[in-house]
Amino acid sequence: MSDVMLEVRNLKKYFKTLRGTVHAVDDVSFTVERGKTLGIVGESGCGKSTVGRCLLRLLEPTSGEIYFEGIDICGAKGSELKKLRKDMQMIFQDPYSSLNPRKTIRDIIAAPLLENKIIPNATKKDIDTRVLELMETVGLAERLFNSYPHELDGGRRQRVGIARALAVQPKFIECDEPVSALDVSIQAQILNLLKKLQRDRGLTFIFITHNLSVVHYFSDDIIVMYLGQIVEKAPARELFENPMHPYTKALLSAILVPEIGNRKQRIRLAGEVTSPIDPPDRCRFEKRCHYACELCNQGTPQLIEVSPNHFVACHCVQKNSNTIAAGG
Amino acid sequence: MSVENINHTEENEHLRYDTCETVLEVKDLVVHYELEDETVEAVNGISFSLKRGQTIGLVGETGAGKTTTALSTLNLLPDPPGVIKNGEITVCGHKMLELKPQELEKIRGKEISMIFQDPMTSLNPVMTVGEQIAESVRLHEGISKKEAFERAQEMLELVGIPGERAIDYPHQFSGGMKQRVVIAIALACNPYVLLADEPTTALDVTIQAQVLDMINDLKKRLGTALVMITHDLGVVAEICDQVAVMYAGRIVEYGTLEDVFAHTKHPYTEGLFNSLPNIADKNAELKPIPGLMPDPTKLPPGCAFAARCQYATEACKSAQPEPTYFSDTHYVLCTRYYEPDFRLLTRGV
Repeated sequence: MSDVMLEVRNLKKYFKTLRGTVHAVDDVSFTVERGKTLGIVGESGCGKSTVGRCLLRLLEPTSGEIYFEGIDICGAKGSELKKLRKDMQMIFQDPYSSLNPRKTIRDIIAAPLLENKIIPNATKKDIDTRVLELMETVGLAERLFNSYPHELDGGRRQRVGIARALAVQPKFIECDEPVSALDVSIQAQILNLLKKLQRDRGLTFIFITHNLSVVHYFSDDIIVMYLGQIVEKAPARELFENPMHPYTKALLSAILVPEIGNRKQRIRLAGEVTSPIDPPDRCRFEKRCHYACELCNQGTPQLIEVSPNHFVACHCVQKNSNTIAAGG
Repeated sequence: MSVENINHTEENEHLRYDTCETVLEVKDLVVHYELEDETVEAVNGISFSLKRGQTIGLVGETGAGKTTTALSTLNLLPDPPGVIKNGEITVCGHKMLELKPQELEKIRGKEISMIFQDPMTSLNPVMTVGEQIAESVRLHEGISKKEAFERAQEMLELVGIPGERAIDYPHQFSGGMKQRVVIAIALACNPYVLLADEPTTALDVTIQAQVLDMINDLKKRLGTALVMITHDLGVVAEICDQVAVMYAGRIVEYGTLEDVFAHTKHPYTEGLFNSLPNIADKNAELKPIPGLMPDPTKLPPGCAFAARCQYATEACKSAQPEPTYFSDTHYVLCTRYYEPDFRLLTRGV
C-alpha cells in the first residue's frame, strides 16, 4: 500500500445554521494513488469543494481522518502543518480573485519561495532566476515579470496561479474548477499544461469540477458526489461506459455532445431535492430517482464494490444490479 | 388537416406571424466602443437573418462580439461608449436603429425580448416573480392588474413552475427555477424573436439539460425565432439549425448546423472542435488553438485569426478575406479557399 499518497477516512463536515445542521460532507472515504488523478464531480452544493478545502485544512473537518503519506493532517499543528502545505498546493477556480491585485507577477510567484525558504540563503537574484524558470515552465513570457494581474487575461492569470503552486515543489496539487472560468481554446491549453506537468514531475492531482467531459479526459479515477455523499466511484473509463448509480446515469445523459444527430433522450430528474439540513437516514437521491423502490428508505446506502474497483451506493443496484443495468 | 395544424390555428396569436416571414434581419452591423484614447472594434460587419421559428447560434469566445450584436439588436447598447457606426437592424418590419425611445419601448419585450446570462442578477429581489412577469404584460397589452397576474401564473405553469408560486420572491427559487422565471418574463408577450445570451452557462448540467429541453419545446409550441448566444458547441448541436461562428467581430463561418458541424471549413471552427475533450475517446489529445484573441483596439489589417492559424500564409495577413461560398447556405471568410484544392487537416469533408 506504499503507493497511496492521500487517504481520507469517514470525513464529515457539518455547518451549524439557524435552521439546523447542514451535512455538507457526510462520511466520505477515498484514497488517491501517487502520480494519479482523482476527479470529483457533482453539481453545485454536493460538497465537492468542501471536501477539497478539508483536505488542505482550509476548513476544519467535523470528524474523520485524512492521511497524507501516512501523516494525519487533522492532528498536524504549526510547523508540521506548514510543512504539509508545502507538499500540498491548490489551484483556484477564479483566476481573477485569487491573485493579489497590488503585487506584480514576480512578487506573487516569489511569495511562496520566500515564505518557505525554498532556496537556502537566497539573494534577490536567485529568487528572480527561480521565478523566471517557473514562468517558463507554465508558458508565461518573460516580459510579464513586472506586470500586475489586471494586465493579464484569464488564461495567463491561471498560469500565474499554477506557477505559484509549483514554486514550493509540491507532490500533490488540488485543482478546484481550474478551467471553468476560461474560454474553450484557452481551457485546452491549461489542461494540456497540467497534464504535461503531471508527466514531467510525477504530480498527484485531485481535480474538482462539474464539467464531465473535462473530468473524463483528465482523471484516472472518478468520484461522483450527491448531497455530501459519494454515490459512485470507479475508474474514469468504466464510469463513463458502465455507469450504475441512477444519479450518475442522469448526469452522463445530460452531457451535450458537440455532434449533430446526437439529440438523445435524456433522463429527466424531476422531484424535490432532499434538504442537506439534518437529512433523514435513507437514500438522499430517492425523491428524484427513477428506480426508487421499497428498499430506499432502509438506511443510507453504503458504498459497495459491485464489480472490480467499481463502487456504488444504491440499495437497488446492490440488490439487483442486473435488472437496472439492463433497464438503463 | 393534421392535428398539429388545427392546434396551430386555434391560437389566434399566431396569425400575426403571417404578416412577416423574416422576423429579424441584421445587415452590415459595425459597432465600436469609443474610449478616451482608443477604440474597441467590437463588431466589424455582421449580417444574418432569421425566419420565424428558426434558431441561429452565435458561437465564439469572450470578445468575439456576440453580446454586443445582441444588445445592438435591441438598440440597448450602452452609449457612450458604444457607437453603432453602420448597419441596419429590422425586427419584423421595424427599423430598430431609427426609432425613438418611446417607440422602442413598445417593441422591446413585445416583439423581441432577451434572456440574460445570469438569472441571479436579472430579477428584481424586492418584487414577487408574479409581479415581474405581469409588469411586462401590463405594459404591452394594457390589461388589468388581476388579468396580468393570472397571465403571469399561466406563464409560470408553461415553464414548469406551479402557478401558486407567483407570490414568491426570487430568493425563494433555485438557480434553474430563476432562469425559468426569466424565460417566462421574456416569453410573456409571445415575442417574434427571443435573444438568449448564454442562458444555461450559470446552471448545473442536469438543470441545463432541463432548461434546453424546455426552450426547444416552447420554440416549437410558440413558433418563436431564437438567437442563441453561446460558447458551447454542445448547446449549439442541441438547439440550433443555423450556426454563425464569430471571431473578433466577424462571422468567420456561417451555415446550417450540418454545414458547420459535418463539413467544417474555417480553421478557427476546426480549432474550437479540437479543443474539446472527446467523450468517446479518452486518450485523444487536446489540440488547443495557440495564442490569444487579438486586441480589439488593434486589429490587424488582414484576417484577425491569421496569427493563431496553422494554415496562414503571408497573403492572409495583408487583406481581409472575402466570403467563399460552398453552397447557398454555407460560407467562410478564409483567404486560403481562394486556392481551389485547399482542405483542413482534421475536419470537413
